[in-house]
Amino acid sequence: MAVYEKPHALIDVPLHYCPGCTHGIVHRLVAEVIDELGIEGKTIGIAPVGCSVMAYNYFNCDMIEAAHGRAPAVATGVKRADPENHIVFTYQGDGDLASIGMAETVHAAARNENITVIFINNAIYGMTGGQMAPTSLVGQVTQTSPYGRDPKACGYPIKVCEMLSELVGPEYLERVTVNNVKNIRNAKKAIKKAFQNQIDGKGFSLVEVVSSCPTNWGMTPKQALDWIESDMLPYYPLGVYKDRSAEEKEAE
Amino acid sequence: MADKILMKGNEAIAAAAIKAGCMHYFGYPITPQTEIAAYMAKVMPKIGGTFLQAESEIAAINMVYGVASAGKRVMTSSSSPGVSLKGEGLSYLAGSDLPALIVNVQRGGPGLGGIQPSQSDYFQATRGGGHGDYHMIVLAPASVQEMAELTVKGFELADTYRMTAMILADGTMGQMMEPVSIDDLKVNPAPEKPWATTGTQLSREHNIVNSLSLVPEELEQLNFKRYERYQVIEENETRYEEYKVDDADIVIAAFGIAARVSKNAVDEARKLGIKVGLIRPITLWPFPKAPFKKAAEHAKAFISVELNMGQMIEDVQLAIESKRPVTLCNRAGGMIPDPDQVLSAIKEVNGGIA
Repeated sequence: MAVYEKPHALIDVPLHYCPGCTHGIVHRLVAEVIDELGIEGKTIGIAPVGCSVMAYNYFNCDMIEAAHGRAPAVATGVKRADPENHIVFTYQGDGDLASIGMAETVHAAARNENITVIFINNAIYGMTGGQMAPTSLVGQVTQTSPYGRDPKACGYPIKVCEMLSELVGPEYLERVTVNNVKNIRNAKKAIKKAFQNQIDGKGFSLVEVVSSCPTNWGMTPKQALDWIESDMLPYYPLGVYKDRSAEEKEAE
Repeated sequence: MADKILMKGNEAIAAAAIKAGCMHYFGYPITPQTEIAAYMAKVMPKIGGTFLQAESEIAAINMVYGVASAGKRVMTSSSSPGVSLKGEGLSYLAGSDLPALIVNVQRGGPGLGGIQPSQSDYFQATRGGGHGDYHMIVLAPASVQEMAELTVKGFELADTYRMTAMILADGTMGQMMEPVSIDDLKVNPAPEKPWATTGTQLSREHNIVNSLSLVPEELEQLNFKRYERYQVIEENETRYEEYKVDDADIVIAAFGIAARVSKNAVDEARKLGIKVGLIRPITLWPFPKAPFKKAAEHAKAFISVELNMGQMIEDVQLAIESKRPVTLCNRAGGMIPDPDQVLSAIKEVNGGIA
């Protein structure tokens, strides 16, 4: 029995992510799910602009690099090009999905576009060197909020799952995290459901993964995982925010 | 031969696109091109195609990017302010070498401007429209029939050269009705696209559609290669119409509706014994330099007739290497010159060279 194997859907190359960054974990979970569902050959992934911009070099399926924030629109095009034969996922950070690409996100959700969205929320712009994100916490010190995020000047962090759950459209919204083994297992379950929903034609499924950025948070990897627990999760509670099929079943 | 039907220019574009095998259309409402979306909304669902009204021009062009990545013929249409919003997507399409058709039924600008016909996006279209070094193939129809023909041609050129083609029409072309034949349009099917992201089926290496290249030496080479392709297009795909140029002392440069107005003025001037001709560029990029250069051997002066403050005039000057004077005869902001205005310009220039 194999104790450890690299998923086939993940290419065996070194990732460029910083030590302690949780992108590697989430990449692996997505790849494992693609393997387990046997969909690699028909999957097309959309990489964002941000730290995971080069995700196209890591996933073994066909990949597209989208303009900043536009991944859900690109995914819409790819999906509609051949809805029966394309499984389409986007992989986006908080700046990409919740700031510059908010319109694309909301409208793809409202249309219940049959795609899967993996949303990495680490409360910061990583690639450009640690600027304030739409999800940066109140008081969080970043390069562009050097005195801490001041809600009087820049408002409050956006809770994407809660906001989207007000829409009638989307099929499935869940927030997970990957700061310990138990949570990683839950995250995988959610990601698998988000892909399975697409296979079943149920529609827009988004999994928000509360993630860490030790480099730009100025913490050790361990401190960063602890900070998820102590500071991120109280503001971003884990859980299922919408599961339309389950709700409809319950109502029957 | 199939019967001709009376159609608006915008509808002719939509009908021709479907005839060309375009089964995916994405757009956002803006005057004066809404008939294209209306036509698509009606027809696409009945033939198994996609019509989607996007949340924005930006989303629409990125949906186009998605379908193009998947290797299918796809289009969007808009008018001037909307095309500015698409600029980002146009640059990414160019950077990723993706084929698509973009329609700009121009209106007066800048800013929100007006909704009347204009040609003031000439610079934007012929110089690319977004950031970075790139071109689009820019086609300028001057009749409803040509709206249809160039739409088909645009898809074919886009596929052949893996780049965007733009129909640069104006509000007049979009709104006016003329007899047009759609059934007789000849269509070459799309070529194989082994680069497309359609799923590996686990039978090939993964394809990547991408415009990111962080190594400057490599990005330079990508730009060099793209421009080698542009060179081939300049040599093979330049299109224009000449009218009474052979013996002309004065040559008018005009495209789209301005060319039709100018043609009338040429005939009037000829009646007065003034030897005038017209060169009508059909491809604005690549610009037909050769006929202008040739005409400069006998013509003493040129007039550029445009619905803008003088944009194509720069390409005319470049084409003739400024060896002859080039005068601008124009209206702007949604106004169209009438034949009398062009005739007056011809007389004035003729007085200067007599």
